[in-house]
Amino acid sequence: MAVKSSNIASTKNRQQSVVRHQASGNFLKAVSAVVWKDLQAEFRSRELFSAMLVFSLLIILIFNFALELDLKTRQSVTAGVLWATFAFAGTLGLNRSMAIEKDRGCLDGLLLAPVDRSAIYFGKVISNLMFMLIVEIIVLPVYSVLYNTNLFLPGLLMVILLGSIGYVAVGTLLATMSVQTRTRDILLPILLFPIVIPVLLAAVKASDGFLAHAELSEILLPINLLIAYDIIFLAVAFMVFDNIVEE
Amino acid sequence: MQSKPVILKIIDVLAVILLGVSTYFALVKAPTELVMGNVQRVFYFHIGTAWTALLGFLFASALSIIFLFSKDLKWDRYQVAAIEVSLVFFLITIALGSIWARPAWNTWWTWDPRLTTAAITELVYVAYFMLRQGIDDPDRRARFGAVYALIGGISAPITFFAIRLYRDIHPVVIGAGGNPKAQGGFDMTPDMLTAMFVALIAFTVIFIDLYWNRIRLGNLEDKVEQLKLKVTM
Repeated sequence: MAVKSSNIASTKNRQQSVVRHQASGNFLKAVSAVVWKDLQAEFRSRELFSAMLVFSLLIILIFNFALELDLKTRQSVTAGVLWATFAFAGTLGLNRSMAIEKDRGCLDGLLLAPVDRSAIYFGKVISNLMFMLIVEIIVLPVYSVLYNTNLFLPGLLMVILLGSIGYVAVGTLLATMSVQTRTRDILLPILLFPIVIPVLLAAVKASDGFLAHAELSEILLPINLLIAYDIIFLAVAFMVFDNIVEE
Repeated sequence: MQSKPVILKIIDVLAVILLGVSTYFALVKAPTELVMGNVQRVFYFHIGTAWTALLGFLFASALSIIFLFSKDLKWDRYQVAAIEVSLVFFLITIALGSIWARPAWNTWWTWDPRLTTAAITELVYVAYFMLRQGIDDPDRRARFGAVYALIGGISAPITFFAIRLYRDIHPVVIGAGGNPKAQGGFDMTPDMLTAMFVALIAFTVIFIDLYWNRIRLGNLEDKVEQLKLKVTM
């Protein structure tokens, strides 16, 4: 009898774990479907990516004249110029990426899909992150060539990845909110910038450290801050995303 | 329409009296600080408004969580009231701090962590009201507002730490942990401490009074909206 009940219990456990496994498989499938959809749409139209890229090159051009980027200034402001560029280009991309969903009624379609709402969030985060990283990967060598500075340091690339994750995690959430308001085009930067200031500050500090070849112990603090920010805001966004797409 | 509750009327009067008492303590009773002179008297109201505003923002973040769980619009009205009053109090804090900083630090403004965090926090809650203004549906407005207030509340302390990576000159007057780079710090005499506590109590009561009145206003606004809907239907 005891053996039988333990057998039943173990089958039950196995069934549960299978269900759980399927659920997590479904979640990943839903996330990758959203990412795939975004990438494919972007691959066909290329409107988001080209706008972000041209915009960021223009920003660098403006900084060039606004700051007189000669050799001496360049050393102290490179990290700041890069992050300001990423931040501005990022809002452009985020706004567009969510506006497309809203305008073509795609968001409603996504919400009708029988998947967890947070899967949609993570899908959008990953595709937005990819667009942002692609732009960054192109901006970096352009900046390197224009100003004769080597930006391909593994540490700097890691900081850019961590900073972009934090930026996009909050940005996707706020862009989803801002496209549903009346003043949507102007609202996103106003909502986003005060919230992502920690990311920008820590990222600039860490990038500066890597560019100046500082001791790792000096750079560790801002990097830890970036990691903490990424984790906190991905978790918070995961929890509250349901509330901002509910109809 | 309900008339104003008696307790609220009492608090109204009490708030005005306490403001007077606190002003007396700050301007007359407390001794003049030796180095900075009379301008240091601004400190009592600076602390009083800062304390209540920060508690108000914290309270608003807690209300966000309660609202997101309960979805009762009552909590949204409480939150708007808390943020609105805190926003004004915090603006007063910044203005008073600036008046003090001019003679003490020889500048109206400096990019120290507390000042910068204060400015950014103020901007977050201004953005909060801009967000709410852009949404017509009260239910959605409440949900978005709650989410944004929650995120803003979480990001404020992180912002503070992030700016500490850069610089710090704000004096720590209350509690240990003196900052060797701080400028304009001072030790308080018992009379100064009394004046500070009177200011803290006074501004807490003033905050509660304004907060309660603002909630009443919110409730009345809500009622007017509903009546308007009834008329149009």
